[in-house]
Amino acid sequence: MNSTQSMKSGRNLRGRIGASARARRNGINVVANVVTGLAALLALSLLVYLLVFLLIKGFGAVNWDFLTKPPGAVGEAGGGIVTSLLGTFTIVTIASLLGVPVGIMIGTYLSEQAAAGSRFANIARIAVNTFTGIPSIIVGIFVYITVVKPMGNFSAVAGGIALAIIMMPIIARTSEDVMRLVPGSIREAGLALGIPTWRVTVGLVLPAARAGIITGGVLAVARVAGETAPLILTALGNEFMPTDWLASLWQPTDEVTLRILKYARGPYDVWHEQAYGAALVLVVGVALGALLLRLTTRGRGTRIQ
Amino acid sequence: MKEIVDEKQKDEAEAEPLQERTEGAPMVGLERATVIDTAGASAVVPPGRSRNMGDLLFGGALRGAVWLFLAILAGIVVVLVAQAMPSIQYSGLSFFTQEAWDPVNLKFGAAPFIVDTVIVAAVAMLLAGTIGLAAVIYLVEYAPRWLREPVAFLIELLAFIPSVVYGLWGLLVMSPWLQQNVQPWIQQHLGDIPIFNGAPYGVGIMAASLILSIMLLPLIVSLSREALLLVPDSQREAMLALGATRWEVLRHAVLPYARGGIFGAITLSLGRALGETMAVAMTIGGGFQFPKTVFDQGYTLASIIANEFNEVSSDLYLSSLVEAGLILFVITALVNVAGYFILQRMNRLHRTVARKKA
Repeated sequence: MNSTQSMKSGRNLRGRIGASARARRNGINVVANVVTGLAALLALSLLVYLLVFLLIKGFGAVNWDFLTKPPGAVGEAGGGIVTSLLGTFTIVTIASLLGVPVGIMIGTYLSEQAAAGSRFANIARIAVNTFTGIPSIIVGIFVYITVVKPMGNFSAVAGGIALAIIMMPIIARTSEDVMRLVPGSIREAGLALGIPTWRVTVGLVLPAARAGIITGGVLAVARVAGETAPLILTALGNEFMPTDWLASLWQPTDEVTLRILKYARGPYDVWHEQAYGAALVLVVGVALGALLLRLTTRGRGTRIQ
Repeated sequence: MKEIVDEKQKDEAEAEPLQERTEGAPMVGLERATVIDTAGASAVVPPGRSRNMGDLLFGGALRGAVWLFLAILAGIVVVLVAQAMPSIQYSGLSFFTQEAWDPVNLKFGAAPFIVDTVIVAAVAMLLAGTIGLAAVIYLVEYAPRWLREPVAFLIELLAFIPSVVYGLWGLLVMSPWLQQNVQPWIQQHLGDIPIFNGAPYGVGIMAASLILSIMLLPLIVSLSREALLLVPDSQREAMLALGATRWEVLRHAVLPYARGGIFGAITLSLGRALGETMAVAMTIGGGFQFPKTVFDQGYTLASIIANEFNEVSSDLYLSSLVEAGLILFVITALVNVAGYFILQRMNRLHRTVARKKA
């Protein structure tokens, strides 16, 4: 389509501009087309390569034992990552319980309550928008100093708090954005009936923006489930299966990304293979989780577009 | 309707003078937006009217959440500064200028890490920026229409692979490959030049820069694609009608228009490049000196924290690492705030046009 367009434009100019100039201009265009196309191809093939590589390498390591057994003896075959899976689940759950409500509340405030030109809201908005770009390890340092050090122990709770802080601005940003897309007429209709503002927000605006808020939440959970750096400073990792789940919340906790890190750096081929397996489980698990959440919540609530 | 509310709220929030808002955009929504100012969502309760109990509680709770977040942010700054204080007092300016990282003898000079951070981020930005922008140009201007969305979506999928997985691949696959194939070749053919004359370890600044550039690709693609999509088609059609080729349209009608957005995209990606931790920590090898050759190992500010934090032997060492974190925080915060304002400005200029297009 593009080449026909440029040919057409060339034809229109015939008579005014010489054939050589036209050829040169078209030549540049073709070169640009090819060069940019190659760049896109390179980017795409990197992705395909990485995914295929991960699938092939990881698939060999993943089996029932791998998913259900705790880590085996150091450097020997066998053993699995069930402790890491449990730890990731625990930490991400803690993070979601803390981070999701606060994030949605911030987004709701910015979209529904912030007065026009309010300085407080502006500062909050800048904070929310820029905080997502702050390296997560900074949050790790903060939680290490304020939670881990006073408690005298690395723990799942500390890891959860760190991830919750990382989630808050991501969720706040997306929920503000989608709530802004809810038409003002919906709010006005509610207010015209004499419904108080807070019930308009909770009963009309939030349900209308529901699908978007859930998508934002899923993205945030997916993002923190892959975090490693802040967890090194907060959850630390653990070799043993917790015996008492409740008590284990306050103890060093293993985590899939930490396990990948440990195995990747280790000297054993078995570990490397298991690291690929754990990476595959992580990527597929997060993708499946996100998909599942999307499917179960699809079609209810929102009809704004 | 949605566009009016959206537009009005954004503009309201930014509290820009009206003239600013109209610049470069046919002002269809302006009058309507001004009207909504008094009846929109954020002004639904007139200031004088007494609110009911529910409103007070609900509003208080929401405001409380915002305060909590701001308090955490302030807390991060306070905690970092307080914990870095011993190091700031102990090392002073030499922290920024000295090439000496010797925790045993309590010597802390982080200058090499700052240099490494800049080198790794710069090389990665150069590679990812060039390839990413070229790919985006193809995806928005050249590719067949049916190909555009799916390919863009696929490339953006790269962003969902966790950092540690990139690190895993970079450490176990790419670094050995560099060590066996690429680096010996460089050594052999360019070894006469001092910066190419070193021992090929595989892991090091070269590996870290490469892995980081792969990770930056999806970010650059998605952000700058948005900027190019905001350019109204009328802009392209006008050039095409003059008989321009696609390339000329791009050069003279699209890129100048999208300049601000692309600049914002680059800025935000730079923030990410400076702060990326795990993949870099896994591939950069670890070294405390200024890099002398392209093969050298090193540490960026983020990666030394990740790798050394649990190894600290003294309070002063911990404090020095926190100071490194503080420097990183200040740099990335500045870059991100700058990126935010650039993108904000671009969005304000182009919003109306883009909405009409959609």
